[in-house]
Amino acid sequence: MRLYLGIDVGSVSTNLVALDADGEVIETVYLRTGGRPIEALQKGLGEVGRAVGDATVMGVGATGSGRTLAGAIMGADVVKNEITAHAIAALSEEPGVRTVLEIGGQDSKLIILADGVVVDFAMNTVCAAGTGSFLDHQSARLGVPIEEFGDFALQSSSPVRIAGRCAVFAESDMIHKQQMGHGLPDIVAGLCEALVRNYLNNVGKGKELRAPVLFQGGVAANAGIRAAFERALEVPVTVPTYHDVMGALGAALLARDEAQRGVFVASAFRGFDISTHHYVTKSFECDGCTNACEIVDVVHGEDVVARWGGRCDRWERSASGDRGRAVTG
Amino acid sequence: MAKLSYPHMGSSVLAVDAMARTMGYDVVSPRPPTQNTLTLGTRHSPEFACIPFKIVLGTYIESLERGADVLLSGGGKGPCRAGYYGELHRRILLDLGYEHEMIFFWPPLRTPVDFLRKLRRFKAIPGASWGDVGRALRMTWEKLKAVDDLEILAHRVRPRERTPGDTSRALSAAMRRLDAAETVAGTRTALGEGTERLDSVATRETDPGDALKIGIIGEIYVQLEPFANFRIEERLGDLGAWVQRSIFLTKFARTDILARGDRDVARTASAYLPENVGGHGQSSIGEIIEYAHKGFDGVVQLAPFSCIPEIVAKSIVPSVSREYGIPVMTLFIDEQTGEGGVQTRLEAFVDLLRARRRRGKDLEHAALPGN
Repeated sequence: MRLYLGIDVGSVSTNLVALDADGEVIETVYLRTGGRPIEALQKGLGEVGRAVGDATVMGVGATGSGRTLAGAIMGADVVKNEITAHAIAALSEEPGVRTVLEIGGQDSKLIILADGVVVDFAMNTVCAAGTGSFLDHQSARLGVPIEEFGDFALQSSSPVRIAGRCAVFAESDMIHKQQMGHGLPDIVAGLCEALVRNYLNNVGKGKELRAPVLFQGGVAANAGIRAAFERALEVPVTVPTYHDVMGALGAALLARDEAQRGVFVASAFRGFDISTHHYVTKSFECDGCTNACEIVDVVHGEDVVARWGGRCDRWERSASGDRGRAVTG
Repeated sequence: MAKLSYPHMGSSVLAVDAMARTMGYDVVSPRPPTQNTLTLGTRHSPEFACIPFKIVLGTYIESLERGADVLLSGGGKGPCRAGYYGELHRRILLDLGYEHEMIFFWPPLRTPVDFLRKLRRFKAIPGASWGDVGRALRMTWEKLKAVDDLEILAHRVRPRERTPGDTSRALSAAMRRLDAAETVAGTRTALGEGTERLDSVATRETDPGDALKIGIIGEIYVQLEPFANFRIEERLGDLGAWVQRSIFLTKFARTDILARGDRDVARTASAYLPENVGGHGQSSIGEIIEYAHKGFDGVVQLAPFSCIPEIVAKSIVPSVSREYGIPVMTLFIDEQTGEGGVQTRLEAFVDLLRARRRRGKDLEHAALPGN
């Protein structure tokens, strides 16, 4: 079987998607990054490898904040930013999509499309109050598993108003409401509404959000947030089947598209067995100037597989002629 | 003897160095700002001062530590709060125990007599004549023009380079050569050599017109100092875009200083913003329209976080962007801005512009990416 792989290494989760030549999803993997992106990537790749057997990988796409690292280790053919990857995935789900709401671990994004083209986008700037990490933290604090968080919110008939502009103050306000005697479902529902309000103010900033609307990212699993979006936008909000791996799906679709258009001929994929290899990352401070750049080396056996972190090309050049990207070896 | 230093603003510093040296001053040439400069500046600045204030303060401290005792400041006058930055810098530095004298120039070419009178107080060579001063100014001007010419050329070459980094390497070699030139003739020779060096960078055989064209607008310091703008011109060039910024020191001098304000840009902006709101706020609006007229694919607005003129401009950007059909992305910059986030936004913006070009530009004018 011929496959295209997409990987999305994010702050909170690392996801992989395998597509067949027709673009149908064969396998998806969603893992916690847990601060160890290389291990998460290897584990996920191992899982996909076992599931697909002896398939031939025709192309690999990488995205997410760890896209350069993932691309270097796996041998990616396409390395793409998250905005474009999410937009491509959304278009495959709903060709007429006008609005994509995406809430991930530390980023939230808004993508506006017209006639299948991204015409506008925005990302959260200063605050993580509306993102998955904050929800994670609150679910742990309240002892409500994150998977049940949304349904918990739906039980509420009168959500309390939580001040959601800042993660720290939101938490203080939630504790205040608890101490006042409000029920947990009302507080959780109030939190969902506060996050949506925060998102629409900080990311949406008065942009016109038109249907069809897709809601993507790990947080889209939360039925409470989805319901709060529907109330705020007054249009139906669709959560795609593969909502939690849309970045990886988009990366795989981009790899497939470029392979089929002949942008690259043979995939640079290093094989599923890299999941069993041993990679070490080393960092050191360059003493060339007072920038004191932290140079990172990804080492496999004796070889430096990738190196980056410098503002100039002093170190990148000493590893290969190609700067900032992978040192192909 | 007085040791002179001044803020660092991109490659233009080599021209200022040349002027001060030719006039006989002992010079502590400011080093390019680094993370360390920003940390120093941030530590001693009011939190809500903008990033140019912080970087310049850090640069002053570094230069004072290296022996400077007379500092030049461009922030002595002006319609935004940069007008009191010079005085604030001076007092902070005195409070920190740095004995120094600060001389305020603004703008040097509009008030040349005041400028020269101030400089002559520190004249190092007793016999230096007005003729010497004139020659020094002429060489400075030649060097500034050469710096701008080389950068403009590099921005055209970079999107087509075969080996990533070749253009930047050629450019820095050319700048070093230019820095070493000691006469007007030497400057012209260095410019010629630098041009040849950049022209000989191996490029892909594509029509230069195929590259995306992105215009940069915004506040002067974050436009001109690569450290402050995350080397945005290089990043966009690496992504295949041909970049033009709205401010070049020589252009700035011709329009904003030698003439009485950039009247054309102000007139262009006036339908949307008839008032001078300080800094480069009004220019930013006019320049978006100019870029749209010139067929640019998109515009990046660079603004120091909390910069009022650029905030005023940003609030008008959506209507200008929509009516002229040109996407504008605003990047607000402060010491908290992360490099990863900037790179992701720039990549996504370039993808957006490419997709628009493929689909035809007049499809939908609802574009205002940013934050």
